Amino acid sequence: MTPHLVGAVTLAGPRWNLVDDVRQILTFHFMVNAIRAGTVAAVLGAVIGWFMVLRRQSFVGHTLAVVSFPGAAAAIWLGVSATAGYFAGSIAAALVIALVPRTQAGRAGSQESAVIGTVQAFALASGALFVSLYGGFLDSITGLLFGSFLGVSNGQVVALVVVAGVVLVAMAVLARPLLFATVDREVAVARGVPERALSVAFLVILGCTAAEVSQVTGTLLVFALLVMPAAAAQQLTARPVLGLCLSVVLGLVVVWAALGVAFYSTWPVGFFVSTFGFVVYVAANAVRLAAGRRRRTARGTVPLRTPASPGMAAA
Amino acid sequence: MADVTSPSAGTAGAVPAVRFEDATARLGGRDIWSHVDLTIEPGTFVAVLGPNGAGKSTLIKAVLGVLPLAEGQVEVLGRPPGEAGGDIGYLPQRRSFDASMRVRGIDVVRLGADGDKWGMPLPWGATRRARDIRVAEVIDLVGAGSYARRPIGEVSGGEQQRLLIAQALVRNPRLLLLDEPLDSLDLPNQGAMASLIADICDEFGITVLIVAHDVNPIASALDGVVYVARGRAVSGTAEDVITTETLSALYDTPIEVLTTSDGRRVVVGQPDASSHHAGPHGHGHDHDHHG
Repeated sequence: MTPHLVGAVTLAGPRWNLVDDVRQILTFHFMVNAIRAGTVAAVLGAVIGWFMVLRRQSFVGHTLAVVSFPGAAAAIWLGVSATAGYFAGSIAAALVIALVPRTQAGRAGSQESAVIGTVQAFALASGALFVSLYGGFLDSITGLLFGSFLGVSNGQVVALVVVAGVVLVAMAVLARPLLFATVDREVAVARGVPERALSVAFLVILGCTAAEVSQVTGTLLVFALLVMPAAAAQQLTARPVLGLCLSVVLGLVVVWAALGVAFYSTWPVGFFVSTFGFVVYVAANAVRLAAGRRRRTARGTVPLRTPASPGMAAA
Repeated sequence: MADVTSPSAGTAGAVPAVRFEDATARLGGRDIWSHVDLTIEPGTFVAVLGPNGAGKSTLIKAVLGVLPLAEGQVEVLGRPPGEAGGDIGYLPQRRSFDASMRVRGIDVVRLGADGDKWGMPLPWGATRRARDIRVAEVIDLVGAGSYARRPIGEVSGGEQQRLLIAQALVRNPRLLLLDEPLDSLDLPNQGAMASLIADICDEFGITVLIVAHDVNPIASALDGVVYVARGRAVSGTAEDVITTETLSALYDTPIEVLTTSDGRRVVVGQPDASSHHAGPHGHGHDHDHHG
């Protein structure tokens, strides 16, 4: 069932009164579920996305989302729950990527990105195959790829909440050493932080998150909730806790606004989530640019240098 | 092999800060250095010198316990390496944080204090308050107060290095391992950084092992040097080790040490590890024969 169909059948249009319109939206059970799912996905995507952006693993995140597409398509074809399919696909891919040997610097090397690209292409192709094997509606493929959040079941909401809860608790335990290993890998290793195990754990967490967000935005538009709020937050502040909170707030604003607008619009909801996310990101960049310019003018262009000190001569 | 004890500014009879005994480090089947005997007394300021690729960083990693020795033993503050972690401050060799790293200097210092702990700190706990006081203290100590709250990728190389020194100091270490801390700095900053490190460690009685490319910026603070080259290491005072005779014997090829009118030492004819492998002397594969 597509969003514009629902909208066209049931509605006259917005009354341009926030309270009335929200009340009207909440009278529809599918909208209540969409808002629940969107809220959970936005919070999870914003938190995990913040770490993903800092770790420069956006490409991996995208791949893990794309891989959830064949997972879900295969699940539908086999007649099991699509939600299980999303998670199975993403977590399996996370483990495969974790097995790729890394370069000595510990950064995602060229080999890793080549493997990831290969996995991604194969995943999309398999997804297309499962959809055609299933031979269902043409609609289902659009829903899987570009979001279908107006058909979220109660059971799916429960699954999303449970997974998000587990992932956020795990993240609360791992966050500090993970941040240490991300920012300052060698010192963290010297301090006994199990960096390798942490990055595997984070890949699995990222897989769960990508699968979760995919179910709301579609596998191709996960960046709207996984990257855009987090990247915008990092433009606005370099403080870790504030950045995480800001990321969550921006994610929620994007999702709620998109759902509200999509309810009254004939355009697909994925378009609105991505567009609002994009607007937030561009605005954050503009703010930072403006702030930087103001600071430079205030300070003068040449930074002060520490004066040269004695003690360099005389062996 | 050389068994020269660093001259002691430290207490006689105290447990050495670092002691290598007949130690061999191997990476990828190749001996980096072998049969190294070395003692570093507590409270001393010791430079690790030598050409590129000779194994200076490997020596530091062996002390950290990150790289296990192939043979022999190393003892750090009287304990096996890796068990003294809390008492060691480490500054790895690195380029720098790039401009897009959106984390503040103070956050990097804080991670040095408790970044290895699991879970979330309570914002109102006593531990948290003690940590914040200590973090402010070390930032003040290195004079990084004015830029510690800016994103670390946006401050200069010298300022980043000061913040990293603060990070290494934040847990009150007894041993500081600095891997080329002066590498990416210009000359005035090298001098300022060297005297900052020397002053702090002198004040708090911290033992320093500092890897350096050039001995001159740190020469005035040195108690001793360890010279690593061609799979071997010799140690002693700078006056004893950085001489034409000692270095020629170590390299097994004529080396000349010149002293300029202002007392700076210049080593002439020092082959790089990479060049002597492919080099004209034919010594490329004989590391293990030096034991």
